[in-house]
Amino acid sequence: MSTETPEPNVVEPARDAAKSAGPTLADADFSADTREQTVSTSINNYVVKLRSGDLGALPAILGLVVLIALFWALRPETFLSKGNIANLMVQALPVTILAMGLVFILLLGEIDLSAGVASGACAAVMAKLLVDAGQNWVVAVLAAAVTGVVIGAVIGALVAIVRIPSFVVTLALFLGLQGIALKLIGEGGTVPVHDKVIYALANKYMPVWLGWTLALVCALGYAAIQLLRWQRQNAKGLSRRPLALILVQVALVAIALLGGAYVLNLNRARTPLAPFFGGVPWGVPLVAVLLIICTFVLSRTPYGRHVYAVGGNAEAARRAGINVTSIRMSVFMIGSVLAAISGIVAASRLNSVTPDAGAGNTLLYAVGAAVIGGTSLFGGKGKARDAILGGLVISIIDNGLGLLGAKAYANYLITGGFLLLAASIDALARRRRSATGR
Amino acid sequence: MSENGTPTLELVGINKSFGAVHVLHDIDFAVYPGQVSALVGDNGAGKSTLIKCIAGIHPTDSGRVLFDGRPVNIGSPRDAAALGIEIVYQDLALADNLDIAQNMFLGRERKKGIVLDEASMEQAARETLAKLSVRTVKSVRQQVASLSGGQRQTVAIAKAVLWESKVVILDEPTAALGVAQTRQVLDLVRRLAETGHGVVLISHNMNDVFEVADRITALYLGRVAADVKRSDVTHSQVVELITTGRSGDLGLAPSTAAESI
Ligand SMILES: Nc1ncnc2c1ncn2[C@@H]1O[C@H](COP(=O)(O)OP(=O)(O)OP(=O)(O)O)[C@@H](O)[C@H]1O
Ligand SMILES: [Mg+2]
Repeated sequence: MSTETPEPNVVEPARDAAKSAGPTLADADFSADTREQTVSTSINNYVVKLRSGDLGALPAILGLVVLIALFWALRPETFLSKGNIANLMVQALPVTILAMGLVFILLLGEIDLSAGVASGACAAVMAKLLVDAGQNWVVAVLAAAVTGVVIGAVIGALVAIVRIPSFVVTLALFLGLQGIALKLIGEGGTVPVHDKVIYALANKYMPVWLGWTLALVCALGYAAIQLLRWQRQNAKGLSRRPLALILVQVALVAIALLGGAYVLNLNRARTPLAPFFGGVPWGVPLVAVLLIICTFVLSRTPYGRHVYAVGGNAEAARRAGINVTSIRMSVFMIGSVLAAISGIVAASRLNSVTPDAGAGNTLLYAVGAAVIGGTSLFGGKGKARDAILGGLVISIIDNGLGLLGAKAYANYLITGGFLLLAASIDALARRRRSATGR
Repeated sequence: MSENGTPTLELVGINKSFGAVHVLHDIDFAVYPGQVSALVGDNGAGKSTLIKCIAGIHPTDSGRVLFDGRPVNIGSPRDAAALGIEIVYQDLALADNLDIAQNMFLGRERKKGIVLDEASMEQAARETLAKLSVRTVKSVRQQVASLSGGQRQTVAIAKAVLWESKVVILDEPTAALGVAQTRQVLDLVRRLAETGHGVVLISHNMNDVFEVADRITALYLGRVAADVKRSDVTHSQVVELITTGRSGDLGLAPSTAAESI
């Protein structure tokens, strides 16, 4: 699931090269834009970018490698077993979806502390409709989504129109929504979720052929988008990255997708005689679709551009004629809808909804995932794919600690520490960025 | 530098009060195509207020605004932009996390269907900068955060030019800049006029004003003390106009100057 998203702004001018050579007239007419960068200047630029505090996906990828190596060394027979890998994917689903919604909110430099319990409240609405009202899953899911929209609109109105700081609004909702979940489900109650479709999300697997097809389609689609874009930019003389780098990137994404499909399609049955058991969890294509939609919205539409602009400089956005208030409201609505979807997937994984669904460390995990993935807490910087990378890191920690049999208190301490670490990296990188003028 | 011909933008008898405070008194002010009009005056003289009236941020109490000789009503920043009036505010209003092309099109992105038309925006941004002979920016895909103060000012001005603007108003564009960067911006101001724009330059720096302006309008406590050709006045006369409202036979009548204190 480590799909690389297209990076429209990754092209950096050959600043340092030109600086050392002195500004030549050739560069003054934007020829740095129109000629293709060489691989070496691109790598050079990447190093400059890292040095100046623009870390991108690097911390998340390093974190993944280190954590996988660590837990593999500590639990060699269980951690990388076929069963546990599938388990890990399912575990990562809810936190990834929740984090993807938070990316929108963090892009404005705002926070939604109620996202976790909002996911629980929305799941409670769905579960009540399924079980008590006997509705079918479409109605129940729609109702959960509408609940998300309403919660997001309330937060958005209080933050964007009344101008209460978002952490206060969402702290209040953090309590209020738990009250609503408690009222809906009843103290100590549990609503079981047995609907076939909902249940399948986290407990059923795609047929092997479909898993392969999907991975292949995604890999080819990604390659096509990247290569066609390069070709278009090349034909029009626009700034573009070297073809070689794009090919490497496409290859890495294809390897990740097909490798993932291969591992998940292995037979996980306990005994050789048991029927085939394996496949990609149904929740994975759901996350893939959400990733594609969110990436498209953020990087290809005027709306996405305006979200970045408001996060970068709200006053500039206002003077440019952007309706800052409605952008502010909209991100909270998107965040809460994704929280609702996350709550549904979590309910599927646990086969039930309890009054404390989405409380505890759910939100901490999701914020941690977004930040570890590379989204800044200070606004203006982040991508939808950050949620995927960070979600995997967080789930590996959670899963690995579970395998090690860590006590609950240790689990809390370690994940809390990890969030602080990620936030520190973010803050230090930001300081570095402003020191080097980025 | 012909004085004849209709001004692109003309203000006649503008009055503006904030509550009981009468900030602008019967202001007449004109901007001619291809000319730089400097607007000078002490702190609190009303320069920014006048600009904001032109921008549609403040409504005026009385007076007329003519654009290309036609009376117009500028009720909002959008009206001003629609007429072709662009304003470069002193605090530049660029988003640091976006690149140059993205900033230049901010809020007015070109689209293909629902998708951003990056290619045409990138090309247009590059053409505009090239037309202004901007030689210090290497790529329009450079993040604004990585630009120097002068380069940012350049981008802000280019952004104003991109929109087929007829009048470009610059509020203290060189206030925070060093010698070399001031040079770049002043050159750019001249080039704007050469490409037919009417330019309004607000500045406290007399050297800058005398270097690029064709006309100088001095405000004194909300009144036009003088509206003169640059070649008709000296540095010290303008300084006197700014500080006392009159200089020799130029400026407000002694009674008016005294009464407005
Ligand atoms: N929104 C407002 N409400 C009340 N009074 C105002 C307002 N804006 C400006 N003023 C007053 O109008 C007068 C002119 O202010 P303005 O900002 O136009 O001066 P300026 O010429 O731009 O000065 P500076 O050179 O310091 O920028 C000042 O006395 C100021 O106090
Ligand atoms: Mg002012």
